[in-house]
Amino acid sequence: MKFIQNYLDKYREKFEKGGPMEKWAPVFEMTDTILFWTNSRTTSGPHVRDSLDLKRFMMMVIVALLPATLFGIYNIGYQYYEALGMQATIWQMFWYGLIKFLPIIIVSYAVGGFWEVLFAIIRKHEVNEGFLVTGILFPLVLPPTIPLWQVAVAISFGVVIGKEVFGGTGMNILNPALTARAFVFFAYPGKISGDKVWVAIDAAKDKVVDAFSGATPLLVASNSQAGSSAVNHLAEYQFSFMDMFYGFVPGSIGETSTLAILIGAAILILTRVGNWKIMFSVVLGGYLTALLMTFAGGANAGGMFTLPAHYHLVMGGFAFGTVFMATDPVSASQTEKVKWIYGFLIGVLAILVRVVNPAYPEGMMLAILFMNIFAPLIDYYVIKGHIRRRLSRA
Amino acid sequence: MAEFKLKRGYNLKIAGRSEKHLSETGIPELVAVQPVEFPGIKPRLAVQVGDEVKIGSALFADKIYADIKIVSPVSGKIVQINRGERRVLTEIVVENNKKDDKEVTEPWNLNDIESKSREDIIAHLQKHGMWPLIKQRPFSKVAKPDILPRDIFIAGMDTSPLAADPNFLLQGEEENFQIGVNVLKKLTDGQVYLSYEGKNSQTAAAFQKAEGVQKNTFRGPHPAGNIGVQIHHIKPIRHGEIVWCLTSYAVALIGKFIKAGYFQRERIVATAGSVLKTRQYYKTIIGAPLSMLIQPDQVKDTFVRFLSGNVLTGRQISSTGYVSYYDNLITVIPEGKKQRRLLGYFMPGLNTPSFSKTYMSSLIPKKEYEMDTLIHGGLRAFVQSGDYERVLPMNILPVYLIKSIMTDDVEEMEKLGILELDEEDLALCSYICLSKTDFGSILRRGLNLIEKEG
Repeated sequence: MKFIQNYLDKYREKFEKGGPMEKWAPVFEMTDTILFWTNSRTTSGPHVRDSLDLKRFMMMVIVALLPATLFGIYNIGYQYYEALGMQATIWQMFWYGLIKFLPIIIVSYAVGGFWEVLFAIIRKHEVNEGFLVTGILFPLVLPPTIPLWQVAVAISFGVVIGKEVFGGTGMNILNPALTARAFVFFAYPGKISGDKVWVAIDAAKDKVVDAFSGATPLLVASNSQAGSSAVNHLAEYQFSFMDMFYGFVPGSIGETSTLAILIGAAILILTRVGNWKIMFSVVLGGYLTALLMTFAGGANAGGMFTLPAHYHLVMGGFAFGTVFMATDPVSASQTEKVKWIYGFLIGVLAILVRVVNPAYPEGMMLAILFMNIFAPLIDYYVIKGHIRRRLSRA
Repeated sequence: MAEFKLKRGYNLKIAGRSEKHLSETGIPELVAVQPVEFPGIKPRLAVQVGDEVKIGSALFADKIYADIKIVSPVSGKIVQINRGERRVLTEIVVENNKKDDKEVTEPWNLNDIESKSREDIIAHLQKHGMWPLIKQRPFSKVAKPDILPRDIFIAGMDTSPLAADPNFLLQGEEENFQIGVNVLKKLTDGQVYLSYEGKNSQTAAAFQKAEGVQKNTFRGPHPAGNIGVQIHHIKPIRHGEIVWCLTSYAVALIGKFIKAGYFQRERIVATAGSVLKTRQYYKTIIGAPLSMLIQPDQVKDTFVRFLSGNVLTGRQISSTGYVSYYDNLITVIPEGKKQRRLLGYFMPGLNTPSFSKTYMSSLIPKKEYEMDTLIHGGLRAFVQSGDYERVLPMNILPVYLIKSIMTDDVEEMEKLGILELDEEDLALCSYICLSKTDFGSILRRGLNLIEKEG
């Protein structure tokens, strides 16, 4: 690997201050430090520093996302062959999923990366690693049939409006990946909701089996009739609790397998990269609200009111949002106390939107974005209280 | 007496602690006094090259408080006055004639202390160069003698990385320490507080026997030993209040001075750091060349960094530097290697120490590492990972405070507690910061702003 380093060193001075390529310094720095760990030494402040940097931090998130990503890829193929009623090996399913998923992730990274680098060059700062995570989070919350141009437009919106206008990673209020998803959701609802988009089949060519519906479990549950229970209705569509826990159901690419997401959650919590307080309180808030809803519905209720509380936790984007979106350290609340409130309210809102609002069967995305906006406000009052207590102490 | 047990904080897993073995270095031919190390003192030279000085003759004084004098540790001739960038005074070099002539005032009888007035004591300490041992909070500068401090705090504990152990430094200093305490009691209408490490079998007799002080014990990881943290828990500084702080070693020096009546130049310095072959305590004098403590063949690595003080807050000095007025520690650590590792940040990291749990090394918590000066990353915007609070055992929100300083919001930073802090209290925040922000320099900017406007 020495030759790469030599190559980089050879051109380094062209990018340094006063060099002909000075403007492009962020691009050089990005390439250089992604390949090789920096060797710069301390000049001010503590003479020794911890080994953790933003790259390592973000890498841990990506590692935590791997199980969900791999399962998601496999599930694209699984759902496809299921819909066609064909037998296939795991590898065939994985391969099919990869062909569908790779273009999405490449577009996400390429277009989002372009904006990231552009802003770094204009603002003359180093390229921030936060995008490494955004670039993969976004594809994972999309359906496999999403048109690539929509991926490109949405990630541009997410990066520019969701992050860069605030000043880049660390300054943004909203989670950029969710901002991008919300953009697709409101701009092109036909491509990210309903029952036609979750399984990657070509309606014109592929001949699906008779029983195929393509609807996600959440949609199925919300359509159950009054008097009958959502669980029965789900069973008619062959969705059992364990299926949904393992993830063999249609849905956004990365969100279906609660098991894979739990592995990611374990990695995040053990490495202390993800905040367990937020995860715990989202689940708590969601579970309690769902429990309340099953009582509130009464005997004659239908639809989501009849869905048992623990079903909510394994369905739709609840688990994925809890573990990977709500815990984004930048857009979550900044004080430890508020993290409990922030998480709890995300859980409450997500289930409220799911159950009470007839238009959207999924509420996780909106709940998190909503709380992203409110977190600074709650933080503000906690800080005020903190200052008051400081002033009043002996 | 109260016992405080602080949970939050972090002890760096750094190798190279010094052995508790004391030897003497002998008296140097040349010494240098370093004006840059006296915080808040704007030096006005009192000597020129060629002047003859005695032990305790003023070398320079403060421009504003002209009675605060920094004095010569040896008798002899001024041979060099060195200046650095922007003509800042860096060193005043004195050639030792070994005659040991002293500027002496009549030594005080121990019973005299009670009859002396506060002004007498202050004048006495100032005249003989002992005054700069007393620092004030907020702002952490040499104390202003015209201010009556609310209380005086003595730090009998040092939890900073590889620190010299105050319990060892104060062995046999029981009497001197007590005299020092008695003197300090005359300087405030409030209390004199002494804090030292609790549940330690080697607590210095000087602390155990000390009378007339409010004693508190602290336990916990760094920065539990920082005086700022301790004040915060004992009796926090409120708006407009000033307190004075000293190390326990400084208190013993003051006691010794009172008995002798002339400037006490002796310093005990520990040498530490993984690249040193022998690490121990030395009895030497202020301004002695480092080579008397650390011979070049004692250093295992070729490219190293010498620090006066600890690795978190120490001042970088050269291998030909001099023993400090304040620091009881010289740390030598290897400079970071220029060789770079392919995808180094992506490795499992069994040998990569970290406060975080993101490296495999977190599975072996007891291991100590040779730490170098690499930053391990580039400067980024804050990402509030929630870890900063884990290393600051005070009721202060470090990130909000730093952000208020960055926006020059004086009112907000005071409300958030900036006046309770010193660089050393936030040093761990900088150490663990994954955005590689230097909290200390930002804090100092805020403190300077307040000092200027207030």
